[in-house]
Amino acid sequence: MAKKKIIPAKMPMPEQPAAERIYNFDEVPYGYTPEQAVAEAERCLQCKRAGCVEGCPVCIDIPRFLALVAEGDFRGAIDLVKENNALPAVTGRVCPQEEQCEASCALSKRFEPVAIGRLERFVADWEAAQGPPRIPKLPPPTGKRVAVVGSGPAGLTAAADLVKEGHQVTMFEALHEAGGVLVYGIPEFRLPKAIVRREVDYICALGVKLVKDFVVGTTATVDELLEVYDAVFLGTGAGLPWFLNIPGENLNGVYSANEYLTRANLMKAYRFPEYDTPIVRGRRVATIGGGNVAMDSARSALRLGAKESLIVYRRSREEMPCREEEIHHAIEEGVQLNLLLTPVAFHSGGNGWVKEMECLRNELGEPDASGRRRPVPISGSNFRISTDVVVIAIGQSPNPMIPNTTPGLETGRRGNIVVDEETMKTSKHGVFAGGDVATGGATVILAMGQAKIAARAMSEFLETGQW
Amino acid sequence: MQKEEAKKMAETINDASEDWCASAPFESRPARVVRRESLVPNLELLTVQAPTVAQKIRPGQFIVVRADEYGERIPLTVADWDRREGTISCVFMQVGTSTYKLGNLQAGDTLATFVGPLGKALELDQWDTVLCAGGCYGIGSMFPVARALKETGNQVISLIEGRSKFLLYWLDRLEAVSDRMLIATHDGSLGKKDGYPSIVEELLASGERIDRVIAVGCTFMMYEMAQTTRRFGVKTIVSLNPIMIDGTGMCGACRVSVGDETKFACVDGPDFDAHQVDWDVLLSRRKAYLGNETDSAERSTSVWKR
Repeated sequence: MAKKKIIPAKMPMPEQPAAERIYNFDEVPYGYTPEQAVAEAERCLQCKRAGCVEGCPVCIDIPRFLALVAEGDFRGAIDLVKENNALPAVTGRVCPQEEQCEASCALSKRFEPVAIGRLERFVADWEAAQGPPRIPKLPPPTGKRVAVVGSGPAGLTAAADLVKEGHQVTMFEALHEAGGVLVYGIPEFRLPKAIVRREVDYICALGVKLVKDFVVGTTATVDELLEVYDAVFLGTGAGLPWFLNIPGENLNGVYSANEYLTRANLMKAYRFPEYDTPIVRGRRVATIGGGNVAMDSARSALRLGAKESLIVYRRSREEMPCREEEIHHAIEEGVQLNLLLTPVAFHSGGNGWVKEMECLRNELGEPDASGRRRPVPISGSNFRISTDVVVIAIGQSPNPMIPNTTPGLETGRRGNIVVDEETMKTSKHGVFAGGDVATGGATVILAMGQAKIAARAMSEFLETGQW
Repeated sequence: MQKEEAKKMAETINDASEDWCASAPFESRPARVVRRESLVPNLELLTVQAPTVAQKIRPGQFIVVRADEYGERIPLTVADWDRREGTISCVFMQVGTSTYKLGNLQAGDTLATFVGPLGKALELDQWDTVLCAGGCYGIGSMFPVARALKETGNQVISLIEGRSKFLLYWLDRLEAVSDRMLIATHDGSLGKKDGYPSIVEELLASGERIDRVIAVGCTFMMYEMAQTTRRFGVKTIVSLNPIMIDGTGMCGACRVSVGDETKFACVDGPDFDAHQVDWDVLLSRRKAYLGNETDSAERSTSVWKR
């Protein structure tokens, strides 16, 4: 390829100004125009050994995808992406590209990488604007039945891949809406629910049957599913919220992030009383944690009318596990970072409601198992932060309901289902698992990557009967 | 469950006329209202067609419902079921927007959400004599508990309570599964006057052997029972009713303090040892959204048919 002029910076993506967007739940970035998309895609160097592909958990042929966008062949581009990724409008928005494809972009050594994520989002949105999606031709039915448990990123991906192999797929969801964390956890302003619904509709249009309001573990057990399905995929996520186990945690106004976000997103409490589910609209909201879920909560609090939204994190800014983009947006919107603090108690005003949070100041010690410097509380440094709503966003682990009701299903130390990483097989014949239920809490795209591995192994199992 | 049972269950849910359904068991179908009737003022009985849930439900378990697309998810304990007909019945009190919406449903309406069975089933054993106390919606919820205890071979003493005679219901049904019936009303219009704690106290003080007490009703009623039986050291189980959303252990809204530990009522309960429950926390957490309830009621009465 002829030498081309390097454009050092990404084409900026227009977005809602911070001062406006904190008063609404509308999506923050507007997305590229076709002209902007073509110009951005032209920045790609078309490397022979493309690091970006290796960085992608679902192995999209990114250079080819970018070449198609640069040529203006958006149809070709979206079709290519969809071969490997059933949820491009979602991953284009929530993937940590800066740690994956874009981190391995040749440009990123000296300049800004190609905005692969924004372009993925662009082609997905472009397709949606063209009307109903094209349904690819499916192979003849294999006559095999598969149950997919959970309709989050892992379940949707497994279901899509399995139905494309000609299997009959039924996807079970415990809640009243499909999408898992995409609908209950990630807020509207980061991932509009209409987009999730569109992706779910596409997967149903492929022939996947969706059964909502069905809790596998109680409505039917995995063993009962195995009576009628030839294989089962468990993609039930990490739905069990962690608490701090400190005094005052059960006061009113103290939420798990799961509850806070579920009220706001799935139940649409931000539109109360049009919708019936209420949420406490604090004036000074303190969110404990430093991950993406914490950022989502702190930013939701502002949109729910908080005058002040505080992040309380035990380590320093460098150790925060959230995406750079999330923290950037949060700070832009006025979220205040309170670092190196360990909450030790919640205090009430005597009426059962939280009024203050007591913290200890920390200093950073030696790196721990995660490689990040360990927070060490300084004794006697107690002080109080006044607050009327607290959101605890310190992580979650898999829900024990399925392991508890499924004999022969081995779990690990943190309640995760033990799998063989090559095939995502569990210890139980015919049962596969992938996503947060196996890893214990990671990203949308890693869940999808594992679901793809599982779907491939499941097809093989269904064909050969060999476990 | 046995193989045949699973197959049978799949068959009942399937509509053989639809190809896909015939080949895909556990097809989802919106829960349809079979019947809705007022038992007594403010207490409604809702019977819903939900075959999958009806196959599985056991005493003490609950379901989560949402009346319409705007609705809240609320838990309701189950008052009865018919496995052959595939129906589930719940008794609930109309107190706010969600329960008013449920109380306005008519036969043939569908529910936006009906999911279950949720929670652990009540521990059943042969304890000899069990006192089953129910108040308010809990009279209904107590019925399958008393029935199961009787079937398990226990002597069942049923105690029902209410403000007045006209607020009591299902006396005949309870009588049929009880060895003895005790009734308490605040105004003395039926049974003993001045509330039920004195009945329980008399019973226990008289030296009558009661091996276990089970109480279902409003939080205050269960709290009073806990206080009464604590003095006599009789094991008492209550069915807690905190605010819930998903009902599967995902949100933690329903956390309760039991014996200095935080438990999720939806998956660890709903039944707990009454003498271990921190009642102050439970009462306080149940009242968290009372202010919102007024806003919601104002709106829902003004735009009732949206």
